[in-house]
Amino acid sequence: MRRRNPLVTSAAVGVYAFLYIPLIVVAIFSFNDSRLNAEWVGFTMKWYRQLIENDAMLQAAANSLIIASCAAIAAGVLGTLAGVALHRFRQKWLTALVLGPVAMPDILIGVSLLLTFMLMNISLGMMSIILAHVTFCIGFVAMAVQSRMAGMDDSLLEAARDLGASQWQSFRLITLPLLMPGIVAGMMMAFTLSIDDFVVTFFTAGVGSSTLPLEIYSMVKIAVTPEVNAVSTLLMLLTLILITALSRFSPQSLRS
Amino acid sequence: MKNGAKALLTLPPAVYLFLFFAVPGLLMLLASFRFPGDYGGLAPWYYVEDGAITFDLTLENWARLFETTLYLQLLLKSLLFAVLTTAICALLAYPLALTIAASPKKHRDLLILMVILPFWSNFLVRIYAWMIIFSPQGALTEGLNHITGLLGLEPVNLMFSSVAVITCLVYVHLPFMVLPLYANLEKHDPALLDAAQDLGATRAQRFWKVTWPLSLPGLYAGAVLVFIPTLGIFAIPDLLGGTNGIMIGNVIKQQFVESRDWPFGSVLSLVLTGITLVLVVLAGRLGRTPGALT
Amino acid sequence: MLEIVNVSRRFGDFQALNEVSLQVQAGEFFTLLGPSGCGKTTLLRSIAGFDTPDSGDILLDGKSLLALPPEKRPVHTVFQSYALFPHMTVADNIAFPLRMSGVGKAEIERRVADVLEDVRLPDKAKHFPEELSGGQRQRIAIARALVNRPRLLLLDEPLSALDAKLREQMQIELINLQKEVGITFVYVTHDQGEALALSHRIAVMNKGEVSQIDEPSLLYSSPKNRFVADFIGQCNLLDGKVVSCDGATTRITIDGLGELAVQSNPNIPFNVGDDCALTLRPEKIRLAKSVAPESDEVHFPGTVHDMLYLGDVTVYIIEVKRDGHPVLIEALLANSAPGRARLLDTGDAVEICWPRDAGHLVR
Repeated sequence: MRRRNPLVTSAAVGVYAFLYIPLIVVAIFSFNDSRLNAEWVGFTMKWYRQLIENDAMLQAAANSLIIASCAAIAAGVLGTLAGVALHRFRQKWLTALVLGPVAMPDILIGVSLLLTFMLMNISLGMMSIILAHVTFCIGFVAMAVQSRMAGMDDSLLEAARDLGASQWQSFRLITLPLLMPGIVAGMMMAFTLSIDDFVVTFFTAGVGSSTLPLEIYSMVKIAVTPEVNAVSTLLMLLTLILITALSRFSPQSLRS
Repeated sequence: MKNGAKALLTLPPAVYLFLFFAVPGLLMLLASFRFPGDYGGLAPWYYVEDGAITFDLTLENWARLFETTLYLQLLLKSLLFAVLTTAICALLAYPLALTIAASPKKHRDLLILMVILPFWSNFLVRIYAWMIIFSPQGALTEGLNHITGLLGLEPVNLMFSSVAVITCLVYVHLPFMVLPLYANLEKHDPALLDAAQDLGATRAQRFWKVTWPLSLPGLYAGAVLVFIPTLGIFAIPDLLGGTNGIMIGNVIKQQFVESRDWPFGSVLSLVLTGITLVLVVLAGRLGRTPGALT
Repeated sequence: MLEIVNVSRRFGDFQALNEVSLQVQAGEFFTLLGPSGCGKTTLLRSIAGFDTPDSGDILLDGKSLLALPPEKRPVHTVFQSYALFPHMTVADNIAFPLRMSGVGKAEIERRVADVLEDVRLPDKAKHFPEELSGGQRQRIAIARALVNRPRLLLLDEPLSALDAKLREQMQIELINLQKEVGITFVYVTHDQGEALALSHRIAVMNKGEVSQIDEPSLLYSSPKNRFVADFIGQCNLLDGKVVSCDGATTRITIDGLGELAVQSNPNIPFNVGDDCALTLRPEKIRLAKSVAPESDEVHFPGTVHDMLYLGDVTVYIIEVKRDGHPVLIEALLANSAPGRARLLDTGDAVEICWPRDAGHLVR
């Protein structure tokens, strides 16, 4: 263990507080029996009850899940191919194409795709959102896969060939299983980014394809209500459960 | 065989990204020279008359950028916000990354996870949290105004201010600074500090002569990861900034969504793209500086 | 029998292999020895099929291997990094080549159990490679390569990742294993001690060419050239010129030592005036306070320049100064008797002597 400076350590504790206090405030006020997020009045679950009855919100949540699942799967396939290609062939143009959408501010992806969809007469809706999300997710999967490829001992593939496996067999039996943790991690990242995305969705969504972030945005834009606190708290809880579950499973399923 | 495998791997992602990344970029470049349509959108960029093609393109949209100083000022303000955000992120992230890197190995993963965890809650939830904190009825504003009242000063309103915007920008982007910085600091050989101490360096000298210069690549990487998305942001100023806090992202959104002036929106987007490209190239150069560890 | 016929391989400006030819007998433990960059690994990879020679041919029992991809060659490799598949258990790793060649399930189980028994790790079948020690991984890598009885086993510096003690133990195991299975081993190493200990025959390689192929003892006692003499064991190389050749005796002048008579090398014909070098193993040299005048040995007066106490032996660097130009000669004295360790001290005057037939003349 290295020596620590108490001043630095307390600064670090302060930063952790900065990270968590806002979220804790949101969660606490979701149980507050007052329309204003200002003063604690009393405990209530009514904002959660209201939320369950809010059909638009539930529809948006369903849309978000569908979009994120589709985007993660499509980006998983395309990103894996791209990651392997980047590692094998090291083409500069492919690197630029794959990592460009990751590096660009998301508003640029959003407006340029809006322009494109309109000019190509692709109607805005679930499909256009998925197409847009896949665009910026490919890079993340590709990076995860590429770093996995880079960490892989080349002699493993030679060993497989040496012991009688064809090129395809050595890919299926050695490369793919060893890449799996990278692919899974990349797809998880893609799922998270997609479900979290507001900006690109904002420009590429149409009527009837509202997602959870869009729904929250329109609610917040009008007024700050504890119903937003409730949906936020639920979302945080869901993420927490998801992460805990994944970290439980990962030691076996992600064996490296 | 070899070429078949290469095409199989390369083509699907390349074609997809060509269609949905490269083509949109080119269409936007073209749009920046087109006239706006009568009801928003774009006017046709060529006419066919008696078999002859007439192009209908203009430089007007680009000229508009310089007609008033409004847009340049806005751009400068956005850059200033991004610089401030990056600097504050660095200031907050450094002690955090240093502490985590100096923690026992078994705790490090948990501590890093605790940095990322808030980042996994929804982007808008994180903005919303600050809307509550900065709200005029909130405890923070009331407390502050209690103090200003005692001092005989005007009451302040944090909501819809630059302070609110920058605080939230920092909050949202902080993990992007912590992660690369930690990844860098974690790799430092602790023996370097022991050696420096052994050779007579004080605690401050050990930091400024050893840790700091070695950590610069991590700091640069973090700065790029914070600066670029900050520059293009529109949701945070939109919800927290009011009229004073708007940035270039807000104007781009306005051109595309509200005034539906796509050509000028494209011009502004291309300016943002240009700045981003310059920064990415610059970051690549910095990363390759001799002596800089990656 | 493995035949390498005029194999050449070039990577850009670098000539990795230059017209290499050699033959390995069936059942032989054959070693390719040389410094890094000498071409030994390229040759091994060409035999395995991971690299294709620019010209020449590689034949196994008279049939060329070159047209076959690696998976079709009856040749298996033990990799330097072991290359055990990290996501498979030990049993699955060993079963891999059997599955690839379509062996039945029951048969696979039996043969995996057998080979695990052979490498004395029967209880590790369900373990993953990362749970094994270096030596155990090594044995599993060998078991995996041997399980479907290849015609030829290639070993690429398989012991380099092990510590010194374990390496010696694995050397003994390798020798016994090779005797047991009777499969031809082609072993690549840069460690001359390992090569001498393990091999039936050794090909010493240098700059893409074969310098000498011989049994270990011949390689040590009669190196064909300066490179082999220098690379195998410790050796004094005394540069000189041939003065006269007379059947069994050749007279040479050595820079700094003057003229002396040495035994001719029957394998290398010399002409008067040729450049030559006398190779002299340190352990053949005797150090004495004085030499009887009637002695038949070659002897020079010198002083102890440096000494290195190594436990079992002491290395003395003796400086001989005859006509102004000092020559340093290394001598090795066993510390077998108590009190021998400090027989001499730095600066002591000493007579350095060796039998007339101790030196070996090379070009």
